Amino acid sequence: MSITQSIERLGRTVRVSVSQIGNFTLFFLRLLSQSGIVLRRPRLLTQQVHFIGNHSLLIIVVSGLFVGFVLGLQGYYTLNRYGSEEALGLLVALSLTRELGPVVTALLFAGRAGTSLTAEIGLMKAGEQLAAMEVMAVDPVRRVLAPRLWGGIIAMPVLAAVFSMVGIIGGWVVGVLLIGVDAGAFWSQMQDGVDVWKDVMNGVLKSVVFGVAVTLIALFEGWQAKPTPEGVARATTRTVVTGSLAVLGLDFVLTALMFGD
Amino acid sequence: MSNGKTDFWVGLFVLIGAMAIVFLALRAGNMSSFSFGPKYQLTAKFDNIGGLKVRAPVKSAGVVVGRVTSIRFDDKTYQAVVSLEIEKGYDFPSDSSVKILTAGLLGEQYLGIEAGGEDTNLQNGQSIRFTQSAIILESLISQFLYSTADKQGGADKSSPAAAPSANK
Repeated sequence: MSITQSIERLGRTVRVSVSQIGNFTLFFLRLLSQSGIVLRRPRLLTQQVHFIGNHSLLIIVVSGLFVGFVLGLQGYYTLNRYGSEEALGLLVALSLTRELGPVVTALLFAGRAGTSLTAEIGLMKAGEQLAAMEVMAVDPVRRVLAPRLWGGIIAMPVLAAVFSMVGIIGGWVVGVLLIGVDAGAFWSQMQDGVDVWKDVMNGVLKSVVFGVAVTLIALFEGWQAKPTPEGVARATTRTVVTGSLAVLGLDFVLTALMFGD
Repeated sequence: MSNGKTDFWVGLFVLIGAMAIVFLALRAGNMSSFSFGPKYQLTAKFDNIGGLKVRAPVKSAGVVVGRVTSIRFDDKTYQAVVSLEIEKGYDFPSDSSVKILTAGLLGEQYLGIEAGGEDTNLQNGQSIRFTQSAIILESLISQFLYSTADKQGGADKSSPAAAPSANK
């Protein structure tokens, strides 16, 4: 009996996870098909960009600055052993534009903006506001979710670019102003080694993909949340966990695809 | 908050993002070394291009005058065909030669053009005839080893007095 039971349990796990993937895909397609509203009523979009983007700017700038400081210090420590401190600018710029900018921003974004999206949607569901919209013949996917998705997709690359820029400035402050690396070599090595398309634009592309993934996961979790305080709490936690893992996994895949050659 | 104010802040936010990308492209990246002026195309055939890459600089007397635009393999002559774009305004005599050089000891590879003495200049689409392949460190080392071995082998066979003149 126990063997049949465990096979049954395995089957149920597979069925549930497959249907969850299906739900997620359907949710994504439904959101995309309802996205025309952001062009017809751009006010809804700007409100969401303001809520998701502008309010995340401070945490992004501060963390970018400190990541840049630390990269400057640690990079100098390592490069100094090989007598090539001038490459500090290159190290800071490449680490930020290729990896840390998009990834750290996406992780912070999941924590700062993703959670608030999930909690907002979850509470709207718990308070039956979404049901009330449907009664009034307003599609909540279109009116509530689609502007939030596009707000996230627009905000994320902007935040990642700001993060990288502030980080490079932070590395410059520590490397050039505090430690005394030659300023000319710092910038010229950076400009020699950082390619606009291969490094900067691939970083921007990464941040767009992360923006889609994190926002979509946040909205999906809020949409699927049990309409109870506990359900919303669980959904918010899942947003951070799933969102962060998705970002790290996608980062590996994207890095392998973009920089594989 | 009124709608106008929200719009203002969102506009500012997007503007800051655009500024950051421009900063990354110009200040951190190599965008400022791109030139968008008119160019002309040349090709050159090499027996071996070593580690030359697309977008590698083309320099003459150390000054960047163009970029490598494509590298492909010609299966008729078994040579690498390198296309390069030279900025209009930099003309080179038609008997100029092109070499694959390395920046520093282990740096990246680039093309160096050395001007010839001909009166006519290279035109768009023409091919540079005189080329020198990349120096491959492995073949250099093996050449050195073989020549050393030859020298020593030769020295053993012939008489010691005749050996230096015979090998040099």
